[in-house]
Amino acid sequence: MTDSPPALAVKRLSHSYGSRKALDDVSFNVERGCFAALLGLNGAGKSTLFSLVTGLYAARGGATSGGAARNIGGATSGGAARNIGGATSGGAARNIGGATSGGAARNIGGATSGGAARNIGGAVEIFGFDIANDPGQALRRLGVVFQARTLDLELSVMQNLLYHAALHGIGPVEGRRLAEAALARAGLADRAGDKARDLSGGQMRRVEIARALLHGPRLLLLDEPTVGLDIKARADILAHVRDLVRREGLAVLWTTHLIDEIEPCDQVVVLHRGRALANGVAAEIVAARGAAGIGEAFERLTAAEEG
Amino acid sequence: MTTSSNADPLSARPFTSAQYAICLGGVVWREALRFLHQRERFVSALVRPLVWLFIFAAGFRSVLGISIIPPYETYVLYEVYITPGLMAMIQLFNGMQSSLSMVYDREMGNMRTLLVSPFPRWFLLGAKLFAGVAVSILQVYAYLVIAFFWEIEPPTKWGYVTVLPALALVGLMLGALGMLLSSLIKQLENFAGVMNFVIFPMFFASSALYPLWRVKEASPWLYYACSINPFTHAVELIRFAFYQKIAWDSLAALLAYTSLFLFGAIRAYDPAKGLLTRKGG
Repeated sequence: MTDSPPALAVKRLSHSYGSRKALDDVSFNVERGCFAALLGLNGAGKSTLFSLVTGLYAARGGATSGGAARNIGGATSGGAARNIGGATSGGAARNIGGATSGGAARNIGGATSGGAARNIGGAVEIFGFDIANDPGQALRRLGVVFQARTLDLELSVMQNLLYHAALHGIGPVEGRRLAEAALARAGLADRAGDKARDLSGGQMRRVEIARALLHGPRLLLLDEPTVGLDIKARADILAHVRDLVRREGLAVLWTTHLIDEIEPCDQVVVLHRGRALANGVAAEIVAARGAAGIGEAFERLTAAEEG
Repeated sequence: MTTSSNADPLSARPFTSAQYAICLGGVVWREALRFLHQRERFVSALVRPLVWLFIFAAGFRSVLGISIIPPYETYVLYEVYITPGLMAMIQLFNGMQSSLSMVYDREMGNMRTLLVSPFPRWFLLGAKLFAGVAVSILQVYAYLVIAFFWEIEPPTKWGYVTVLPALALVGLMLGALGMLLSSLIKQLENFAGVMNFVIFPMFFASSALYPLWRVKEASPWLYYACSINPFTHAVELIRFAFYQKIAWDSLAALLAYTSLFLFGAIRAYDPAKGLLTRKGG
């Protein structure tokens, strides 16, 4: 271990539901203080990946040795490369081209250990803590916003936040202080006493983000957080999260199927039918495909996969 | 681009026992708040056994003769006989209802909020179970207050105290069963199936409404089914405890069933082995 581990390391993750393969050898990193977008259509495997990263299902395979170690250098590209260390940065830079060329991405890991037959395997590490082996430490460093609304509608905003604080071993006095600070940051300081039911969709999302950050994690996971919101609320939530990344150095993995939520400098992982087709800075992925924009690049990538 | 330091902002120390207590307190507190917000749930939980007591028992009083069987030392009225069964019924419905709420929670995502807590999963499920048991005991005592005015009471007031541990164990057993079922049910609609295939058979194939020797006269097979039914043992443990006695065989059976269901529930929610993995929900 050279310097500090990335906020999130997904290593050669595979998962199947029976015979249906939901994830096939997916690897990528989210570095500290970075906004990364996981882009994919519905059914691409985003929700499965999310469940594995949050430990709802176990990512357990053990077969991450050797190949995986090299994989950190190989599969993470773009902005990620700079943290890995001088020795691999050259290779990683070349890898951006390699990884984006359609089916090649899948082979990065496969070639190193030949474990293609594995159905469920790989590992997820949060700040170096394995979610399967050390879920307590990993989950303490993780904030999660689920796609479904998870506020207790009958309870007040403050009660919802205090419940979350208790789930992280934070007592009511400290919890109230943290909750007030979190709500102020979300611009909802005056809504603490209101029932969650009385909030708008966008406000609920803001409260959920505030709640996810209450215990001070440095990595925030959001599963399609703008689904069901109107255009203004969508832009508002996205700006809020980007602001958190910029100002507080939070690492964010933002799951979406909406291409217009991605900016050229974002790290993007393109997930399609359970495979990571590309992983790198959005602008570089676009350039590598000779596309005019991320939308066109996405279409070319997925078309190449199908053709 | 980044302003964060590389230092790990959170300590790697394990949680203290005080923090475990905070977590448990938080789960019970939320359950209590939800309970207060669902007054109709409380009322219906109370009305159900009272209907059985005031209507069914009154009607059957003359039809069913109950001979003197332990723990009773004299002939008892049918209302007195079925009261332990009705107490267990309150807990049965409560256990299944909390399983329903867990299915609901899972669909709505609240269960996931619970499960991303860094506390060990067995502890989170245990806390949830504990909260449910506390609520069910509250309901049983509310029923006993009304039954008291109907002149159904234990031989001494101590019966109200000695029944408490029995209620706790029965609540735990039924809650664990509900939790296990909640991991098996994928959709809310299947709760009707739980009513048909779990609640009714458990309740009717037990000693709640009639003593087992009567069942034996009718069908030895049914008697056999009744005598292994965990609900029978739940009813008998409560019946004896209400009379300050211990039904040892029922206690042993309940402990066995409780550990079995708990083991199954914790395993079902275990991320590595869990049924959740296979179902993708």
